[in-house]
Amino acid sequence: MSPDRLRYVRDLLRERAGIVLDADKGYLVEARLGPLAGEQGLDIDAFVDRMRAPLGTALRDRCVEALTTNETSFFRDVAVYRMLEAEVLPRLLTARAGARRLRIWSAACSTGQEPYTLAMILEQRFPQLRDWSWEILATDLSREVLAKAEAGFFTQLEVNRGLPASLLVRCFAKEGNGWRIQDRFRRRIAFRQLNLTQPWPSHVGTMDLVLLRNVLIYFDVPTKRRILERVRGRMNDDACLVLGGAETTMNVHDGFERERLAGGTVYRRRDAATATATRRVGVA
Amino acid sequence: MRALVVDDSRTTRAILRRILENVGFSEVHEAEDGVAALDLLRAVARPSLALVDWNMPEMNGYDLVKIIRMRRDFDDLKLMMVTTESEAERIVAALEAGADEYVMKPFTEPIIRDKLALLGLPAIRGSSSEAP
Repeated sequence: MSPDRLRYVRDLLRERAGIVLDADKGYLVEARLGPLAGEQGLDIDAFVDRMRAPLGTALRDRCVEALTTNETSFFRDVAVYRMLEAEVLPRLLTARAGARRLRIWSAACSTGQEPYTLAMILEQRFPQLRDWSWEILATDLSREVLAKAEAGFFTQLEVNRGLPASLLVRCFAKEGNGWRIQDRFRRRIAFRQLNLTQPWPSHVGTMDLVLLRNVLIYFDVPTKRRILERVRGRMNDDACLVLGGAETTMNVHDGFERERLAGGTVYRRRDAATATATRRVGVA
Repeated sequence: MRALVVDDSRTTRAILRRILENVGFSEVHEAEDGVAALDLLRAVARPSLALVDWNMPEMNGYDLVKIIRMRRDFDDLKLMMVTTESEAERIVAALEAGADEYVMKPFTEPIIRDKLALLGLPAIRGSSSEAP
């Protein structure tokens, strides 16, 4: 891909999704846009040229979607889910035993493996939740991946990846060459399109647990800080935030306290009176 | 760590052997059916893991799992079926017989790695359970 076309794609991604793509990620752009270009019968350069034309709006949308879709799998980073199951969720359930209400946000849900993993854990490991009002908000920038997530249909390769066989047979039904998650899980999850860098709709509400994993790595520090500030504003006082293994709030936002647990790290709201977004500029 | 791969396909055994060696198994033994696997289990000092195909001559993998699970001296052995059988009834049967995990063929290296991480095997390198 020519340098000026790569620059156009990087600018588009920054403008539309707030994502900073390094100049050395040409291989990623080519890998992600190759299939879209193939659909149009074009090579990558010709595809970018068509996208840049005044009538290229739909192609630009698809380009942004293709470049913002993350790899995902059931129980991705299994230690994180063990931490949620063994430590975070039991504590939250004790704290919410009076209200019997629990809200969880999967803030970059991609094709749905993360929210469905959470739903399976909640149903299978915490049977007391049967009488609770619990729900998972699952959001992503890409409408295309949300449509797949909402359908709850996964290929055999996808259910093979990370999903315990015992949960596969209890929570899915085989359908042709793939598997569909049972409706009771889909009913617990609200799938909504949401751009983390744009104003958030009111349906987000307040949360007890937020999973914002492997998302912040794409943003520059000021954008990370803005997102963390808004996430913090949607967290109940004792809520937990879980980030990806390579992500942290340190040197980005001082409104969070880090708590190290056996399987990883969670972040809690630091007292509102003492928290201000840090002015330091660093790399998370 | 030692592992046993039981499959009548030499190619599949070679692929699984490479994956297991990549994740840190120091010894990988191969058997082409259940009978050969039982012979090997008698000869090999305490493997941690056996990957077992379902359809094989002499003794199939399902029967092999049942026999192994009747023996108390292999309580620590993790058993994972790796098979083309993909019906839910087969998966349930294998788990009830004593398999710890189940992979449907075709598989990829990340699939095997992630399943091994689910089994909590120590010293597994490069699974998605590790922080980057």
